[in-house]
Amino acid sequence: MDPRFDADTETIDEYLLRHEGKQLLRFLTCGSVDDGKSTLIGRLLHDTKGIYEDQLAAVEGASKKYGTQAGQADLALLVDGLRSEREQGITIDVAYRYFSTEHRKFIVADTPGHEQYTRNMATGASTCDLAVLLVDARHGVSVQTRRHCVITSLLGIPRIIVAINKMDIVDWDQDVYDRIKADFESFSAKLPNREQVFVPMSALEGDYVAEGSEKAPWYDGPCLLELLETLDIGSDEQKTPFRLPVNYVIRPDLDFRGFGGRIESGIVRPGDRIAVLPAGTESTVSRISTFDGDLEMAGAPRSVAIVLEDEIDASRGDMIVALENQPVVADRVTADLVWMHEEPLQPGREFILRHGTRVTPCRVRRIAHRLDIDTLETVACDGLGLNEIGRVELETDVPLVFDPYDQVRGTGSLILVDRIGNWTMAAGMIRGKSSDLRWTAAPLSGADRHGDEGLVSAEERETRFGQKPVTVLLTGLAGSGKTRIAAMLERALFDLGRVAIRFDGTTMRQGLNRDLGFSAEDRSENLRRSMETAKLVNDEGIICVAAFLAPRATTREKAATLVGPDRFLTVHCAAPLEYCQRKDPTGLYADAEARSLDGIPGISFEYETPENPDLSLPSHQIDLEESVNRILALMNERGFLR
Amino acid sequence: MTLAHDQLSHLQSLEAESIDIIREVAASFQRPVMMYSIGKDSSVMLHLARKAFHPGPIPFPMLHVDTTWKFREMIAFRDRTAKELGLDLIVHSNLEGVAQGMSPFVHGSRVYTDVMKTQALKQALSAGQFDCAIGGARRDEEKSRAKERVFSFRDRNHRWDPKTQRPELWNLWNTRIGPGESVRAFPLSNWTELDVWTYIHLEKIDVVPLYLSAERPVVERDGVLIMVDDDRIPLEPGETPEMKKVRFRTLGCYPLTGAVESEAATLAEVITEMLIARTSERQGRVIDHDGDGSMEDKKKEGYF
Repeated sequence: MDPRFDADTETIDEYLLRHEGKQLLRFLTCGSVDDGKSTLIGRLLHDTKGIYEDQLAAVEGASKKYGTQAGQADLALLVDGLRSEREQGITIDVAYRYFSTEHRKFIVADTPGHEQYTRNMATGASTCDLAVLLVDARHGVSVQTRRHCVITSLLGIPRIIVAINKMDIVDWDQDVYDRIKADFESFSAKLPNREQVFVPMSALEGDYVAEGSEKAPWYDGPCLLELLETLDIGSDEQKTPFRLPVNYVIRPDLDFRGFGGRIESGIVRPGDRIAVLPAGTESTVSRISTFDGDLEMAGAPRSVAIVLEDEIDASRGDMIVALENQPVVADRVTADLVWMHEEPLQPGREFILRHGTRVTPCRVRRIAHRLDIDTLETVACDGLGLNEIGRVELETDVPLVFDPYDQVRGTGSLILVDRIGNWTMAAGMIRGKSSDLRWTAAPLSGADRHGDEGLVSAEERETRFGQKPVTVLLTGLAGSGKTRIAAMLERALFDLGRVAIRFDGTTMRQGLNRDLGFSAEDRSENLRRSMETAKLVNDEGIICVAAFLAPRATTREKAATLVGPDRFLTVHCAAPLEYCQRKDPTGLYADAEARSLDGIPGISFEYETPENPDLSLPSHQIDLEESVNRILALMNERGFLR
Repeated sequence: MTLAHDQLSHLQSLEAESIDIIREVAASFQRPVMMYSIGKDSSVMLHLARKAFHPGPIPFPMLHVDTTWKFREMIAFRDRTAKELGLDLIVHSNLEGVAQGMSPFVHGSRVYTDVMKTQALKQALSAGQFDCAIGGARRDEEKSRAKERVFSFRDRNHRWDPKTQRPELWNLWNTRIGPGESVRAFPLSNWTELDVWTYIHLEKIDVVPLYLSAERPVVERDGVLIMVDDDRIPLEPGETPEMKKVRFRTLGCYPLTGAVESEAATLAEVITEMLIARTSERQGRVIDHDGDGSMEDKKKEGYF
């Protein structure tokens, strides 16, 4: 079947060696209903001799029955598999096709263009390295074209070929081609950057598909097949850090324990230091075991069995990762979902989540927004319907070990499965840990920031209150005195005739943040909501005194960025741990239960001492009055008090 | 000095994917079984299963649905392979069909296939309470196969419904099923016929000698060469078996499997012939010619 084999000039072994050395390229074809996808694939199969004579004869027979090409063999019929599709003349599912050329073997995911089948497109796109997007030259860039472009972008396909098809019908008019190209470019500029190539084409007549043509003298680029053969598909998945989700533990006897799995990212060698997550156990790779002998190196997407130097426990669902470059571990993640079921998603619903080889129950805590894929704007919503795409926060029973999807597709993707019917409800791309992403979430469209319509200016407020608004964050260990200092500071400001408001972690938790616990994520969220409030308070010209433990440096930085760095003061109540423990005003340190439940900063986990606070108060050495005086002096010095 | 990256050829990529799928089955199902049809695809699948669990044994049994009309050489090969590799082999025949004297010659290929293959398979799967059967089907074999999932869902009656198949994204397989339901898993989904042969050649995998050309007794019926493998074939008046150099591109029940005339007596020669062949391998299968869409119908009923 392969015309490139010539029995006269080479032996079969030579040929097979060449065939064996070919690269694999998985690509997706997409476009609207009548853009000619099936015809294109039929043409590629036909022109690369990927079709046998009996198949062609069957197509010729079928062409008489269903064909749209008046007697000619309708190549589209080669690819439309199921009978109901043949009768309806549309492709209703993802079909996979195979052909090969001199340099590469291709797996083509042929996906339907009909609007209601977005889920199939996402399915096809999930495993592809490249997308061929067809545009009908007569209709130009349509709503469907834009949608398909967005979906391929969301699913992280790194390169796209835009094939402007049916150029024969518009008489190979260069203006038509240029206009469509410009339209497409202006739209795709709004999406993350990726490799993008254009080609004019007639799939029906075969121009610029498998061979060049004279039809478009103004086009001097390669034909589609040449692009498919030559575009650099690299080894992207080996450039990212080592990740191996454990699929199956091979343990035939006490002497051998191999962690079988497919490398999702990176490269591994014997001697490499690794960690097993989420447990965090560390070890060294001693062997990369395979049926064909041990390997000196293995890269994604190879399936291997890793043998470790230490007798440590790892089971299916765990991930073996490079020690030096570890993924994120979190039980609350933010992901973009493609919703694939008729029954809409409601917040609060529970699912079975699959990520890597991990299967765990999960809940959709909230739906942040829906993405309008026509305008690329985010829209507030109560639920997600079939084929809609939206951002959600998920909470999992077992923490996920992940990389953001745009960094590693294999460890950043997930699916949600219905708990009862077992249907695959959604595909998800993880964007990050929820507590991190919330700080930087983009505002929703239509919900403009406060202040635009205000009738009182910032200057007027300054004059009235005799102050410039500022947020003073008092951070420090439990027992370091920050709450009392905050109360005294508020009193002092009041006595000076200033307008200030005070809140601390405890009072915020009694109302606004009563749904939050004391995990690292919840502590972060407690501070984020409080800082959002502080920002509103400052916008009204009022000073905010905030007493929070805020143990993480990154969280404090985010707080400063959120409120505005030029109106944010970090004051560190620097009493050391021993002093706080001895004083223990709330009995926290003595409370063994608290220790086991949520952990105590400075003991169960680190309190990260601020490196460059605006002010550091030795609160164990100076009294409250002195502390307040120093803060007031700082506020004066920085021009917040007049 | 160490290399910067580990470049995989397309066959190595396919192998890695298949091994991962086979491990997935072993890890996520209670009672998996691997279909063993003795053909070249089964031989590749068996080889991949050995690789997947090396140095351990294959952690599930192999199931052969014996229609009692297989080529004798296939049965000999099956028994030899099972013994050499220490396989846990289950052989099942539909005994009701055997008692009824079910024959492709008498009952026609449609009824015969239903009773001796489809029904027999369902019996064996139900009897073993298997919740996942691994099969060697490839998507390039036939048009309706092109849309088959890697993990293909079957209802309580082992039936396949193209409309209830679950979307498959990345390699995040949804292997969850309800009581009585099952899954057919196809680790060779993305392989082509050429890939299979090339892999057999490179990996030196043992296959049934029927794939190689030899002098064999055949009769020609409706343009298909049928091998006279035993005396159960009723010869038409005036029909006498002729010795011809033939081989088989696919193997099944001898009355339903057409031979091709060929000189290719080695694997390399078979591949050489295939590279210049202009007809697809399923042409030798009588079953596909029952009507346009016939494979789709058989699959809905539970055929592999």
